[in-house]
Amino acid sequence: MRVYLEGIGLCGPGLAGWQASLPVLTGAEIYRPAPTLIPPSPFLPPNERRRAVQTVKIALAVGAEAFAASGREAAAAATVFTSSGGDGETIDEIMNVLASADCQISPTRFHNSVHNAPAGYWSIATGSRSPSSSLCCHDDSFAAGLLEAAVQATTENAAVALIAYDVCYPRPLSLVRKIGAAFAVALVLTRELADASFASLDIELTKKLATSTMVEPELESLRQHTPAARSLPLLAALAGGLASDGEARITLAYLDDMALSLKIHPV
Amino acid sequence: MRDQTVTRMAPLAISDFSLVTSVAAGRAQSLAALQAGFSGLAPCQFGAFPYPTYTGEIAGLDDQPLTGNFAPFDCRNNRLAKAALLQDDFFESVAAARARYGAARIGVFVGTSTSGLLQTETAYRNRDQATGELPAGFDYASTHNTYSLARFVRGFCGLEGPAFVVSTACAATAKVFASAARMIDAGICDAAIVGGVDTLCDTTLYGFHALGVIAEEPCRPFDVDRKGISIGEAAGFALLERPNPRHGPETIHLLGVGESADAYHMSSPHPEGIGARLAMQRALYSAGLAPAQIDYINLHGTATPVGDVAEDHAVTALFGAATACSSTKGVCGHTLGASGAVEAAFCALAIQHGFLPGSPHTQQLDPDFHLNYIMQGRPARIDHAMSNSFGFGGVNCSLILGRAA
Repeated sequence: MRVYLEGIGLCGPGLAGWQASLPVLTGAEIYRPAPTLIPPSPFLPPNERRRAVQTVKIALAVGAEAFAASGREAAAAATVFTSSGGDGETIDEIMNVLASADCQISPTRFHNSVHNAPAGYWSIATGSRSPSSSLCCHDDSFAAGLLEAAVQATTENAAVALIAYDVCYPRPLSLVRKIGAAFAVALVLTRELADASFASLDIELTKKLATSTMVEPELESLRQHTPAARSLPLLAALAGGLASDGEARITLAYLDDMALSLKIHPV
Repeated sequence: MRDQTVTRMAPLAISDFSLVTSVAAGRAQSLAALQAGFSGLAPCQFGAFPYPTYTGEIAGLDDQPLTGNFAPFDCRNNRLAKAALLQDDFFESVAAARARYGAARIGVFVGTSTSGLLQTETAYRNRDQATGELPAGFDYASTHNTYSLARFVRGFCGLEGPAFVVSTACAATAKVFASAARMIDAGICDAAIVGGVDTLCDTTLYGFHALGVIAEEPCRPFDVDRKGISIGEAAGFALLERPNPRHGPETIHLLGVGESADAYHMSSPHPEGIGARLAMQRALYSAGLAPAQIDYINLHGTATPVGDVAEDHAVTALFGAATACSSTKGVCGHTLGASGAVEAAFCALAIQHGFLPGSPHTQQLDPDFHLNYIMQGRPARIDHAMSNSFGFGGVNCSLILGRAA
């Protein structure tokens, strides 16, 4: 299954956007972890930016960056959102309220608690009525989302944006579910080669294979502890592939017994 | 209308399906309940919810813990999943498909919105007073995490193919049909378990209460005096595969799927039903059918004042006023993330057994509505049925089921 890539958005600890992260991802510069700074998404008006929860902010930020790079209108593309969990603060607040005497949940908190909240805000912010799905596959949510997005792009011949994100949980949930850092990545995928395409991805679902890792220890730690950052080997290959014209091969773990095998070519 | 976001889909056989709701367990009982106009709604007994309302609660789940290898998955949501997998011959049908295709060639694409959130609600009430920590033994990944349901179903059925959970609120278990159809079309798998589960928990009860959309009485879809939803819980599963000669003329097929978003509001539908109409239109295009070829529409129809109005606009704009429609929310309540799978199963039963399901608890149709609403169930030949599911975030999905072409 082949898809073409025409835009990337990236936001992570010390990774402030795709272009700004290229030197770190190619190894030309030293990676310096820093708290994730989420840039304001042009898709969120200022009053919504203040009220929006972290999952919404980070998903809309990387989505906007990827579409700006692709030159494609966001509203016309289908979307696949994927996350290993929901918005940690929202869940923690609702659980605390329900454990208290009055149990009065805020209606806004409640609608923000649905797994597809970022997809809902995305649709409102971009005016998109295109199909949109929201997946969860625990630690393998990025691989599951990439599979779904690539299959949708090829079977429907549509532009599909994959938006993968994770944010940290507050205590006490962080004690049972540790997420390394807030991290999000967006990829705009198409079936046909387009003007903005810069790489092709050949994706194959296989039996379990050795998973690609990051050489740099801090980036490898980020990859291991943040499900959306399981995308890092793919991002590093794309960053390196842009500099040369070779082929890169990457393996993403998918469930206990499968893998996604990726061949990446610059176009 | 040509819609560039939709391609025609190759029909898929629903080679088996199962369901458990508050009104009935399994296909035979569900059929009898639908034909008789029964309702599983009863005064809410769940937890300590203090406000008067009716719920579609499934009896006996507290007494059916998951044990052995599946003990870590033990929560209300996965217990109900197991109950539905073991209904009728569904588990045997999956085993037969596994023997035919191989475990790695069968996908599990299931939906849930609640997952095992109830476990976390309970854990927060039992936090350590000194440290604030959650009790030992609380297993986040296997219960609360949204993927837990697919992991459990995949393990319980001995499958090794691709899997994920779709969690798009009340449209989740309709949209899994779309994911599975694409996966089979792309050759990623040969068959798939779709459907899903949602179960009662305080988050949904208090959450919908906070939104002011819970009725005190049993919900009355499309009634002039409708006051809101009754929350239910349910599980429904279907086994999808490419049609083949083993599938007799009684086999129901998935013929079309349409997905859309409202781009309007997080928890209210577009007042004109623009997104809903688009989902129905895309489903028709995907199936290659004209509106007049749909014999029955199972409406989303949750009985909120605004939701039913929006759906009336959407349906009549596309179908006119002749197509028979009903909401079955009065049968077992709004089962939230499970409603897509349950209502697809209701449609399959209606087609197989030739009847239009009625609308228990609806007493007097709102005269402002234009659609052809079926209050009392009655026999009728149905070749093609549509099922509508709409959710928070403005997500919409319509399925078309029917006999093989």
